[in-house]
Amino acid sequence: MKFVAMIFNNPGAFESLPEEERERLMTEADAFIKEFTDSGEFLGGSALADPSTSKTVRLRGGVPAITDGPFAEAKEQLAGYYVLDCENIERATEIAARDPAARLWAVEVRPIMDEAGAEM
Amino acid sequence: MTTHPGARVEDLLRELAPQVLGALVRRYGHFDMCEDAVQEALLAAAVQWPDEGVPESPKGWLITVASRRLTDQLRSEQARRLREEAAAAQVPPDESLAPAPGDEQPPDQDDTLTLLFLCCHPELSPPSQLALTLRAVGGLTTAQIARAFLVPEATMAQRISRAKQRIKDTGVQFSMPPEHERAARLRVVLHVLYLIFNEGYTATSGPHLERSELTGEAIRLTRAVHRLLPEDGEVAGLLALMVLTDARRPARTRPDGALVPLTEQDRSRWNRDLIREGVALVTDALARAPIGPYQLQAAIAAVHAEAARAEDTDWPQILALYDLLERISPNPMVTLNHAVAVAMVRGPQAGLDLLETLDADDRMAEHHRLAAVRAHLLEMTGDHEAARAGYRLAARRTTSLPERRYLEARAAGLSEDDP
Repeated sequence: MKFVAMIFNNPGAFESLPEEERERLMTEADAFIKEFTDSGEFLGGSALADPSTSKTVRLRGGVPAITDGPFAEAKEQLAGYYVLDCENIERATEIAARDPAARLWAVEVRPIMDEAGAEM
Repeated sequence: MTTHPGARVEDLLRELAPQVLGALVRRYGHFDMCEDAVQEALLAAAVQWPDEGVPESPKGWLITVASRRLTDQLRSEQARRLREEAAAAQVPPDESLAPAPGDEQPPDQDDTLTLLFLCCHPELSPPSQLALTLRAVGGLTTAQIARAFLVPEATMAQRISRAKQRIKDTGVQFSMPPEHERAARLRVVLHVLYLIFNEGYTATSGPHLERSELTGEAIRLTRAVHRLLPEDGEVAGLLALMVLTDARRPARTRPDGALVPLTEQDRSRWNRDLIREGVALVTDALARAPIGPYQLQAAIAAVHAEAARAEDTDWPQILALYDLLERISPNPMVTLNHAVAVAMVRGPQAGLDLLETLDADDRMAEHHRLAAVRAHLLEMTGDHEAARAGYRLAARRTTSLPERRYLEARAAGLSEDDP
């Protein structure tokens, strides 16, 4: 089963960490990615730019309306994501718990819809 | 319809892949390196043969090319090691790495089976077992397997190399498992083949056709095992289950990919040849072999297949088979299907009562299939409001797009009947 893991934090949370802590986080993140790439479960992902660089697009009456900033006006924003392919959601949360981002912020794990299905 | 020469070559290569690999491993050991060498030889053949023609002895050609790759590889490995171990510069190359041409051909009859046991070793994780089986025994490329499982090629390559490393580390030998382990090890092999089949079968038409080709590959490999172990009832049972299930494939989806439930399928579109084959296989197995879960599931599929119309289904017979299956191989999915059979024979309330036992099961309580079956039985009782809520709950819980569309449609259908 495939899952997307989404890292949420306050924009700028990473930048505001002391340098030592930032470096530790990066090292841990590299080790995390390597471990689960090697296990064949981490399929890929990315960190995202600051939400202030987002544009939100709506098409209304055939006219695109583009606004600056993220869609959700929440304090915590999507900061990065990665895709996992593993046995079940228990395993996916077990992997996400090893993500250093989960130690500092929060990681939401959600199943990705599958094109396959069983008739009933 | 004429067959493309490339397609004929590909079939031949997949057939020969395990034989060539078996011959190499027997001669040189080093399963992991032999497997890479055979892949390279298969790729070379796939490029050359369609244009230049198939050589007189295709197997000999592949063994020669793969052996050459392997010995090159072993020599460079050895050179590397020698460079690293400067002190050991005087060690002569291992004579056995470069055999004389015209070595006696080892028997390859059982190599397919030996390879399957190796690739489905219990020390490997299921995804590794699947990937390695398809590559080493099925002769598929890493890219093909990656596309079938919808993962990046690098991920699939990693799963395969990890599996081979694990085999190397655990020192598993290329030989048949000892007699006392064989039955348990065969169960793992059959389960891997079953998973490969299911992965392909549940794929709908749509953009991922390569995934559905896994069905054919699983049937081909299971046929090979059945040829090698004709007396084994569970091998025959699994093959029967696969062909009987695959027989329904033309009717299980509409052209837009929507799922059609068994009771509403156009049975004239079921594949009669596969049904005949499956029924014969399971009838024969049940008559002479010890009973097992694959045979029982195949027998249930056969009873469905033999009903000309859904309303002709012999539900008492299916119920008796589920009673037996639940006794010899109890699991919540069996209970779920058992409840449907109970409902068809003794009425929906009896089926709903049986479903209640699953509410206490952690694996099932939140499962969309439990909600869907309950909704179906509630619909049979005439409680359309509860059924509608159940279908909606199941639709929210499933992670399959076609299942969600189907369940939403069932809920919407009830809204029209019963506003």
